[in-house]
Amino acid sequence: MSDDRNGPERYGISLSDRRTRARLAAIGAIILAIAGCFVYVAGWLSPNLLTQARVIDRFERVDGVYPGFRRNHAKGVCITGSFESNGQGARLSRAALFRPGRVPIIGRFSLGGGHPQMPDGPMAVLAMALSFRPVGGEEWRMAMVDLPIFIVKDVQGFYDNLLASKPNPATGQPDPAKTAAFAAAHPEFVRAMQVIKNHPSPSGFADASYHSLNAFRFVNSVGETRAVRWSMAAGEPFAPATAEQGKSSDKNYLFDNVIARLARGPVQWHLIVIIGQPADVTNDPTIAWPTDRERVDVGTLTINRAESEAPGNCRDIVFDPLILPWGIEASDDPMLSARSATYSESFRRREGERKTPSAIQVPANHKGS
Amino acid sequence: MAQHRPFTLLSRILHWTMAVMILTMLFIGIGMVASLANYHWLISIHKPLGILVLVLVAVRLLNRLLNPPPALPEGMPRWQRFAAHGSHVLLYALMFALPFVGWSMLSAGGYPVVLYGPLQLPPILPQNPTLFAMLRTTHTVLAFVLFAVFLAHLAAALLHALIFRDEVFPSMSWGFGSATTSGVHPVVRAAGRPGKP
Repeated sequence: MSDDRNGPERYGISLSDRRTRARLAAIGAIILAIAGCFVYVAGWLSPNLLTQARVIDRFERVDGVYPGFRRNHAKGVCITGSFESNGQGARLSRAALFRPGRVPIIGRFSLGGGHPQMPDGPMAVLAMALSFRPVGGEEWRMAMVDLPIFIVKDVQGFYDNLLASKPNPATGQPDPAKTAAFAAAHPEFVRAMQVIKNHPSPSGFADASYHSLNAFRFVNSVGETRAVRWSMAAGEPFAPATAEQGKSSDKNYLFDNVIARLARGPVQWHLIVIIGQPADVTNDPTIAWPTDRERVDVGTLTINRAESEAPGNCRDIVFDPLILPWGIEASDDPMLSARSATYSESFRRREGERKTPSAIQVPANHKGS
Repeated sequence: MAQHRPFTLLSRILHWTMAVMILTMLFIGIGMVASLANYHWLISIHKPLGILVLVLVAVRLLNRLLNPPPALPEGMPRWQRFAAHGSHVLLYALMFALPFVGWSMLSAGGYPVVLYGPLQLPPILPQNPTLFAMLRTTHTVLAFVLFAVFLAHLAAALLHALIFRDEVFPSMSWGFGSATTSGVHPVVRAAGRPGKP
């Protein structure tokens, strides 16, 4: 093969030549190696790897598939209002929304669980999701629940618990053998459930306080970083949930009550930032921080209106807890990344599906101010 | 023998920089949708790196118009020329389309397009669930097509370097320097088979 040969014969491949065959094999090996790495990174060779798709698959297996609805916190209603910052948060975080002033809010009340028609009840996990939308500033989304701490410390625990706590269709109760096996494998779950049992459930969405559960980091304008958790503390007087409420003939009484409450006037919460000490655990949401930690009231959330889920309101927002403004960051809690990933997978699936009206329809004369 | 010229230094810098970036993007993209713990930091790189690819491919297209690539070797058969031209059109189209679809998809999904810190891009589409779902699928499909075209491009480059041993691979590789009178890169020649076929 001469170097200055330049005719069409140069571009034939002679398989009879041993050296050509070896070089072709080398090229094939390089291409296959790169393709193989791609397949490996995609997780296609790891059927037991817990991926965002597999977490959402499990929700669908346990609760069923309800096209167009969130795979968790499926039942909900949209809310709007504003956040009035008092300026106290500005020393903790450089996020613009902590400067004194008002920020528009789009949010959602929901119940934990993947069934969009599930009946309300005193044991339901109440959730508040919010999107802070400062004009010309960065958005902050959060999804909080009324539990003081979370029930599991990681996604594997959450995934396993979904199946273990699935009610048996015959009894309506989870299989005791499965829940016992889960509890034995997850001592943090047993400890967390003790704390949660001693924490009275609120009678409704309006008197519930909601908690970030996971830790985050606030970074202020001089670069100081603090581990924080936060709560949206109810301004309404607390009333505990009662067994009578659960017997209500209204399967949507929690939602109907808050809709009626909003029709009478705005409801307020205080955003309380809880500042962790260096020794406080930030990567395990089942562990409560000591009660003496500094708590800073950084502003007031006012919810004015409820709206049925519809195009253009909270329905099409994914309340991904890692959509954060500059000045708020994820902590080292791996559950935050996992929440972000699985929420996005739920969003990807539901946004492509045909929408049907949600269970909670706000009457036209009940929308609030 | 005709004078062969390499790609300009700027063209080669753009090519190899983008090659590394795009391969990184493809692996980050496929890896992040399969990952829970690594999803957040991977997507935090994926978004600004994708926008950087969009900027660089615009620079690259402009550079290509100002500094046209060297002609393909005269002896190349027609089908190979067609494949070479076609795959390059496809590569350019995908280099534009993927980041653009990504940006559009985030816009339609109502996601803020965060580059770094307070630096964000505006949405380029109104929020729309159907549009989001369509673009989200398109983004994945185009990424698989780009990965396949990349593999074909690499295989063709290696065929030119190791089997055809013409001036195509040296024209894009390092150490070519200024145009040589020989059609073959010195390194390729040194690695060539001694003696007669």
